[in-house]
Amino acid sequence: MTSPAAVPDTAAGSGQAEAASVSRRPFRVRKAAELSLLIGPSFILFVLFVFVPLIAASYYSFFKWNGFTPVNKFIGFDNYVRILSDPVFRRGIFNNVFVATLSILIQLPLSIAIALLLSGRIRGRTFLRVLVFTPYVLSEAVTAVIWLLYLQPEGPFDAMLRGMGLGSVVHLWLADTNLVMWTIFAVATWKYIGFGIILFLAGLQGTPQEVREAAMIDGANPWQVTRFITLPLLAPTIRIWIFLSVVGSMQLFDLVWIMTLGGPVGASTTMATYLIDRGFRRLQFGYGSAIAILLFIICFVFALFYQRYALRRDIEGAQTGAVGG
Amino acid sequence: MNRKTLGVLALASSLLAATAGQAFAAPVTIQWWNNGVNEPLKSIFAKAADDYNKSQSNVVVQNTPIQNEQIGTKITLALQSDTPPDVYFNQGAHLLGDQAESGKVADITDLSKSWIGDLGSAAGNWTVDGKQMGVPYTMHVVGFWYRKDLFEKAGITGTPKTMKELDDAVTKLKAIGVAPIALGGKDRWPDAFYYDLFALRLCDKDVMMTQLKDGKLTDQCFTDAGQATLDFVKSAPFQDGFNGTSAQQGPGSSAGLVANGKAAMELQGTWDLGTMQGLTDDKELASKMGWFPFPAIDGGKGDPSAALGGGDGFSCTTGPNLQACVDFLHFLSSKDIQSQMVSSGAITIPVVAAAADAITLPVLKEVVDFNNKAAYVQTYFDLSLPTAQGGALDEAAANLFAGQGGPSAVSDAVNAAQ
Repeated sequence: MTSPAAVPDTAAGSGQAEAASVSRRPFRVRKAAELSLLIGPSFILFVLFVFVPLIAASYYSFFKWNGFTPVNKFIGFDNYVRILSDPVFRRGIFNNVFVATLSILIQLPLSIAIALLLSGRIRGRTFLRVLVFTPYVLSEAVTAVIWLLYLQPEGPFDAMLRGMGLGSVVHLWLADTNLVMWTIFAVATWKYIGFGIILFLAGLQGTPQEVREAAMIDGANPWQVTRFITLPLLAPTIRIWIFLSVVGSMQLFDLVWIMTLGGPVGASTTMATYLIDRGFRRLQFGYGSAIAILLFIICFVFALFYQRYALRRDIEGAQTGAVGG
Repeated sequence: MNRKTLGVLALASSLLAATAGQAFAAPVTIQWWNNGVNEPLKSIFAKAADDYNKSQSNVVVQNTPIQNEQIGTKITLALQSDTPPDVYFNQGAHLLGDQAESGKVADITDLSKSWIGDLGSAAGNWTVDGKQMGVPYTMHVVGFWYRKDLFEKAGITGTPKTMKELDDAVTKLKAIGVAPIALGGKDRWPDAFYYDLFALRLCDKDVMMTQLKDGKLTDQCFTDAGQATLDFVKSAPFQDGFNGTSAQQGPGSSAGLVANGKAAMELQGTWDLGTMQGLTDDKELASKMGWFPFPAIDGGKGDPSAALGGGDGFSCTTGPNLQACVDFLHFLSSKDIQSQMVSSGAITIPVVAAAADAITLPVLKEVVDFNNKAAYVQTYFDLSLPTAQGGALDEAAANLFAGQGGPSAVSDAVNAAQ
């Protein structure tokens, strides 16, 4: 099949390829150097502080180990079986999912609503923006201590309610097993709503004003503009917010640990408080490692599925697709 | 070029020689990890380190106070490392045994044998398999701290000696509109005090000690203790929302409630008076407080004079500074330092009996007196048991207070956590 004419052609081709590769070499080296300079430090940190501990924890999770002895009591999947059959851990998973669900049902609409309000032209807009963002600046530990003191029975919060004539709604906010997770969710909302609002404000600024104006000229009322123009344009931001919020809910720890230690009767246990309580306080480092691995798997699987099914179009940069969809 | 290299080498080696020479001449530095972050303990420990350093020319104690909440985790991690502190805080008992499994905690039996006997039975909690593994600097016992003014207002004469009298006192205190007993249920361990003490009064001493040692609570008396706890909780003697109350943090804590006159008593350790004083502006608080031991129970097999308690102390880690460490621990348990600790209020019960002379408050004298006369002092159950089982005990006891679990729930949880 080889024609004589093809021979010089191929030779020329290979010669060209060679020339190209020669000219590309310094570029490749430069690119490699650039990449390793930019990615290298975070890659090293990632390996040292995420990957290595992950491997170590999965290794320890197969042992009964109190942290002092040599790691030599191999017990297979025993730790995992015990964790999954412990009602306290199951309660922890339930509570994590509870917070994640409530976040989406309550926090999300609330933050969007406030962001829409604050994006309009209202008096004292900057002041209001700073105000709603302030709690987010506080560390979670400080937030927890403040609210722990506020919410003591007959403490400042109850006194405020009574002062407003709302004495009948006073409850044992942190001591009532049925109420405690709602209380914690409320405090988490107080703290994190500012973050959502800022995110959505930024998202709103990124949406083109012309589209809204065009809709209004076409006779859409403000609600229709919000529902059919603004919200679809905000969809990528909403999807990112849900992602951050769910992962944050799964890792909920500081607030709970300081306010209730996971009690009473484990009513406010989360996977992370269970991990610290069983692992560090009871010196069961093998068991604690197994909890950490389970927590990791749950977050990882969620992240993968979410990336695959929800975030993919954003990553592919199809903002118009979001509007169309 | 060559000459230059030679010069550098020469300089380097002379520097090396100089530092090596210095290392031999320099005093040994020993790291002392303690929990003295709050006054008065903070100043007492700082002064003790200073005094010790002045009395020596070849040892420098480096005082490192660490928050109570952190110190446990830090020590656990440090004992897994190659550079643990030379002296570290602990509460003896089973956790010390766990820590000793790291091989990093020093056996000081021989180094301390000339003086450890001066501390009496207190040092017993710092032995592991008959080896001395640490030295206490204070002991504590658990009992009821109560406000004399509120007891008087409620018309309670004398202190409750039996459960019946305690129940009567609770009724009278409810009538004057104060919470009879404050409880820091959020922290769980205060709940466990009740279970422990019911068991201490109900169980035969030998049975209890053996089963705690083996980590198998199978005797009926442990179920009876669960029932007694449930009955007591049912009489509703505690403040509203006690399950969410912390024991020692802030004026809303159980200690704060008593300190501010919102509750009349609290079952707590010896340290509670000091904690309360930090949570109120009332300078006269100490004179208003009284103390009585956990009441006797009719038909109980335990000795009514037995006490529940524990202690604080230090252990040395293995290494070249061991001798210096033991010497420092000896210094901390000397009568002089012990008296300073007592008179500053940093500790209540000294490990050297003679130092108790420094106590001026009558109520503290009573506590020390009770401790001295106690038939025996049983270490808190959560510390006597292996740590995992101790945690399970605290949790199950706290659940009883929140209405979850039957009489055998605590012993079942302990046995299951093995």
